[in-house]
Amino acid sequence: MLEQIIITIATAATPLLIAAIGELVVERSGVLNLGVEGMMIMGAVSGFGVALTTGSPWLGVFAAIIVGALFSLLFGFLTLTLVTNQVATGLALTLLGVGLSGMIGETLVGQPGVKLENIYIPGLTELPFVGKLFFGQDPIFYISIVLTFAVAWFLFKTRAGLTLRSVGDNHGSAHALGINVIGIRYLAVMFGGACAGLAGGFLSLVYTPQWIENMSAGRGWIALALVVFASWRPLRVLAGAYLFGAVSIGQLHAQALGIGIPSQLLSALPYLATIIVLVLISRNRRLTMINTPASLGRPFVPDR
Amino acid sequence: MRIELVKRPQHSALFCALSPFLALGLTLVAGAIMFSLLGKNPFHALYYYFIDPLTGIWDPGNRWQLHELAIKAAPLILIAVGLSVCYMSNNWNIGAEGQFIAGAVVGSIIPVLLPGFQSWIVLPLMLLLGMAGGAAYGAIPAFFKVRFNTNEILTSLMLVYVAQLFNDWLVRGIWRNPEGMSFPGTIRFSEYAILPQIWPDSGRAHWGFVFALVAAVAVWFMMSKTLKGFEVKVLGQSPRAGRFAGFSQARMVFFAFLLSGALAGLAGICEVAGPIEHLNEKISIGYGFTAIIVAFLGRLNPLGIVAAGLILALTYLGGESAQIAIGVSDKAVRAFQGMLLFFVLACDTLIHYRVRIIRAPAVKTGEAAQNA
Repeated sequence: MLEQIIITIATAATPLLIAAIGELVVERSGVLNLGVEGMMIMGAVSGFGVALTTGSPWLGVFAAIIVGALFSLLFGFLTLTLVTNQVATGLALTLLGVGLSGMIGETLVGQPGVKLENIYIPGLTELPFVGKLFFGQDPIFYISIVLTFAVAWFLFKTRAGLTLRSVGDNHGSAHALGINVIGIRYLAVMFGGACAGLAGGFLSLVYTPQWIENMSAGRGWIALALVVFASWRPLRVLAGAYLFGAVSIGQLHAQALGIGIPSQLLSALPYLATIIVLVLISRNRRLTMINTPASLGRPFVPDR
Repeated sequence: MRIELVKRPQHSALFCALSPFLALGLTLVAGAIMFSLLGKNPFHALYYYFIDPLTGIWDPGNRWQLHELAIKAAPLILIAVGLSVCYMSNNWNIGAEGQFIAGAVVGSIIPVLLPGFQSWIVLPLMLLLGMAGGAAYGAIPAFFKVRFNTNEILTSLMLVYVAQLFNDWLVRGIWRNPEGMSFPGTIRFSEYAILPQIWPDSGRAHWGFVFALVAAVAVWFMMSKTLKGFEVKVLGQSPRAGRFAGFSQARMVFFAFLLSGALAGLAGICEVAGPIEHLNEKISIGYGFTAIIVAFLGRLNPLGIVAAGLILALTYLGGESAQIAIGVSDKAVRAFQGMLLFFVLACDTLIHYRVRIIRAPAVKTGEAAQNA
């Protein structure tokens, strides 16, 4: 029973975790991409569409990643090359993604889904208590965990990670040192897009294997909030994602039990929790000041 | 090949005026490509999108369509005018959709809970309550931003979902019309609670459109002729300079959010007291988000926003007529609107920068310059 609950929490947390880890890298490079929701929903629709036409969920996952990355390039081109306002452009990416996905996905509504199967290792998966949890979940769950630690290692233990953080903290100095600020930011934005796309693919291939319009339902925004909540640290994103997963699973269980609280008010809980957590975390002004990448959201035009 | 930006010494007045039109033109081209990809004749599609809803201008038989245009434009203009003050002062309120719903809900209290209260005062009270509701809902992210330094983008957006769910609960739960079969929605408002139509003879456009025009002119006057408008601009462009001038950042946050919240709330109550005539679960077709596009297309200028609001309203109507006439999905409208915002933002670059496309690698151009 407990194992089952933890597994459902993991399923709810995985898309948040992947999208937030991607956005964390983007923000560490000094770019604020508010288009996570849009990239995610584009990943969801293209992943589902490709899996349905080819019959292969893995091709769907692959397509979701590619489409997410390509879609983020649109944002990258505007904010990095044309130096547009990052907040407005990110919003535009979300609005465009929601609109486009609705249009692309119109013929996919109600189609039977293709599910990415959980892994099964004879012997290990049958282990009591921990077998299903550690050896019997969907493959993307494992990817999300590996990704989190890989990003933590990359950012804080490698030279390339240090370079990326330096770009995010002071793009002027980084540029003066000969670092290609724009190039690094392009790569970071595309990584964020690929992660958001994968998170979307998870929604339409694992979480609820079908296409529903607006199925990301604000998860992209919650992922953005998670990055702030985690004060731009990967392992705290992991903790935060599971906390939110627990809240959303908790409210689903409460709805199923019918404890007399209207379902809509319970559904609002994850959003309310996001607000409360954001308020609590930002109350500590010094903590956020220290951790926020200093160049976050600031435009950069190299002087020549 | 690379693209290089050269900062202009002064912003270009030419592109300031031209960029919204350039963006519209590019959107039309991109839209034509999109419709061709969907297997539709792009000229037919664009005709139904942008011309067909306007035939009422010369054809009295279609005059009702112009009324529909005003109905759709009213909330867009009201909300976008408020948002322009927010964005000018660097307050990123993206939760206008939630403030719209809050205004609709709070404004509906009298006609829903006191249906017997019938007097001419009901409607003004509803409008005031709607504004108060929207403003109060907008005050939440403002309070968090001022008091706890919380990012207003995320809190205002999260509140949209909360407002939608709360409204859904109301109209399916305690406020549901017992005689409404099983449809969600409150009782129909009494005649005293309905916003009158402007010219009932030719169509159903209501006074909300007039409110929108008044709001646009009032905010334009405030922004360009009063100290408050100057304060908004100074604090938006340079908070430090604003502090030296003695302007309060915290009070500006509240001012921007309360104003935009009140206008969004007014748009909300006008929508339910106008064309819908009762509160239900789908009172908004994304007005709060589309208004963001309107605000930017209007270059954050209230008078430009009136024009932009009419154009975006046209895409809603055009989407309907294109769906009926040639079977283009109504979902295309949102994609279209999203593209428009992209092009608007991209074209605005031309105001501050000269764009140079360089074909040869950078080093060689440097050498060439030295040799010459």
